[in-house]
Amino acid sequence: MSALEFANKLIAQFGDALSTPTEFRGEITLVLKDAERVAEVCAFAKNTLGFDYLVDISSIDNYGEDPRWTIVYHIYGYGNHAYLRLKTNVSEEKSELPTVTGVWRTADWHEREIYDMMGVRFRGHPDLRRILMWEGYPYFPLRKDFPLAGKPSEMPDVAFSNRAPLEGGPFVTTPGGKDTIAREPRVRVPETDSLPTNARLERRQDVKEIHEDPRHHSKP
Amino acid sequence: MSSPVQNLEFREPAARAAAAAEELEDLHGQKMVLNMGPSHPSTHGVLRIILELDGEIITRAVPDVGYLHRGDEKIAENMTYTQFIPYTDRLDYLAPLANNVAYALAVEKLLGIDKQLPLRCQFIRVICCELARISSHLLGLGAFALDVGALTVFMHTFTEREKIYNLCESLTGARFTTTYTRIGGLSRDLPPGWVEQCRKFLDEVVVNFDETEKLLTRNRIFVDRTQGVGVLSKEKAIDYGITGPNLRGSGVNFDLRKAQPYLVYDQLQFDVPLGSQGDCYDRYLVRMEEMRQSVRIIRQCLDKIPAGPINVTDGKIVMPAKEKVLTRMEELIHHFILVTQGVNAPPGEVYFGAENPKGELGFYICSRGGGTPYRLKIRAPSFVNLSVLPELLPGHMVSDVVAILGSIDFVMGECDR
Repeated sequence: MSALEFANKLIAQFGDALSTPTEFRGEITLVLKDAERVAEVCAFAKNTLGFDYLVDISSIDNYGEDPRWTIVYHIYGYGNHAYLRLKTNVSEEKSELPTVTGVWRTADWHEREIYDMMGVRFRGHPDLRRILMWEGYPYFPLRKDFPLAGKPSEMPDVAFSNRAPLEGGPFVTTPGGKDTIAREPRVRVPETDSLPTNARLERRQDVKEIHEDPRHHSKP
Repeated sequence: MSSPVQNLEFREPAARAAAAAEELEDLHGQKMVLNMGPSHPSTHGVLRIILELDGEIITRAVPDVGYLHRGDEKIAENMTYTQFIPYTDRLDYLAPLANNVAYALAVEKLLGIDKQLPLRCQFIRVICCELARISSHLLGLGAFALDVGALTVFMHTFTEREKIYNLCESLTGARFTTTYTRIGGLSRDLPPGWVEQCRKFLDEVVVNFDETEKLLTRNRIFVDRTQGVGVLSKEKAIDYGITGPNLRGSGVNFDLRKAQPYLVYDQLQFDVPLGSQGDCYDRYLVRMEEMRQSVRIIRQCLDKIPAGPINVTDGKIVMPAKEKVLTRMEELIHHFILVTQGVNAPPGEVYFGAENPKGELGFYICSRGGGTPYRLKIRAPSFVNLSVLPELLPGHMVSDVVAILGSIDFVMGECDR
């Protein structure tokens, strides 16, 4: 059976919820009008039509248009060898749609990536955290209104907020709200640190000079 | 000598009970959290895994990726299709030639010229893909064996990789960052004598495969460390979207070169090796056999490769010859438009997936017309393959982590993009 016939089966099941299939370069695309039903449609495609391999989930930012987000699912069946593209739109105010992790486990990281890059949330996702950027990063870099050169942002303290093993040792970063330069163990001076007995570090005049330079201070 | 440890006596019953409970707690132990990576020799780059341990058994594993994130997809939206080719070298940097081919094919599919490519170009691209596969698997196996304690294998496989780099250098001008394909063709034809060099290499590499197999396949230590370790069932592999040798190691017969043949793969004879257990050892065996099949494919290509052009003839897609640019008006215009605006792609969207050494490398291109993609999504096989780690690692010992990571054979440049 060809991808088009599978698309027609999906339409037979869900009726008006899906648009008529379009073909471009031999690929069939279906648009789901209501994003809330995406998990239901995907579950039917997997369980009844045999699309057991979720190839990829992508996201598009239609900046300046409404709805702003398009989420694109590429699905494939190992048994039927048919590719299908399923698209759905989500408005900027909502920025949320149901997860398909219950249908395919591989959706987990794809959805996390979309949340990380575009800021679209997936309701019911077991662990919706940032994945490529770090926890606490304030922007969504793949949005069209995010500049290519990036925006300045503070490195997070989260990764260092817990007590580290060997804390206080000569080459261990200190936890807490300092910026990256102050946290760097190599520029630490003994007076402000818990290392008054570390004679080797005290001898290092160059280290002290760097730290006394106001450009390297973040805290007063 | 008497023991220096003192047993404290508690007068209060509550304090005595608390001390007893503490003693019991010590006996049971606590779970320990071990951070592995991002800078660890067996994480092959900058993968970080947070392991929760009960004794030496892993009870939970949380992979943390993104340390090599460079925003390739964002970069792609801001340049022409041709300008992005060098960035594909830096995805799976162990198989840049295969990435170049996959990306070029995706853009050509968007332009609708993927079926018009000259036959010579298609054969050369297949040779490139398979050389990249051998190179990538040689490194993957070498590093895998190194991680589980067989240092010699690494030396063996790297000797052969060096020869592949020499072939790459004479073919593309670069050893590592090849940037060999162009939209609608290739940057240059095979240099004189390259086919003979390649044949010589193939004869040598097969001997090397035998030696490597002698070192590993029946090596007691290697077998003990890999058999029954990291078992990935067929169903789980499909559910997690695993592709490439890892999927076939679990026994799923799926190879894009057979299922959705691109280039001239349908004219070539080769077998797809499958595993039966889905453990680390099977994944090793599959890679070993895939390299032999790649040699078989390249030999057929070298025999069959026809003479002729390597680029499509459309002047609006491929750069015209330089001497014509300097003497003729139309070629000058084509050159100018291609350099300043890029290939004029139609609006539309395509997905193209190629069977790369690590798995299915896919490019989803959403075009709104013009020379730059509106959105380019890279479906990176390493990214998807690593997402199975929370499922695969628990229940294993810490020392099995290196075996499992080695057998999954990922590349962080591709995973993090």
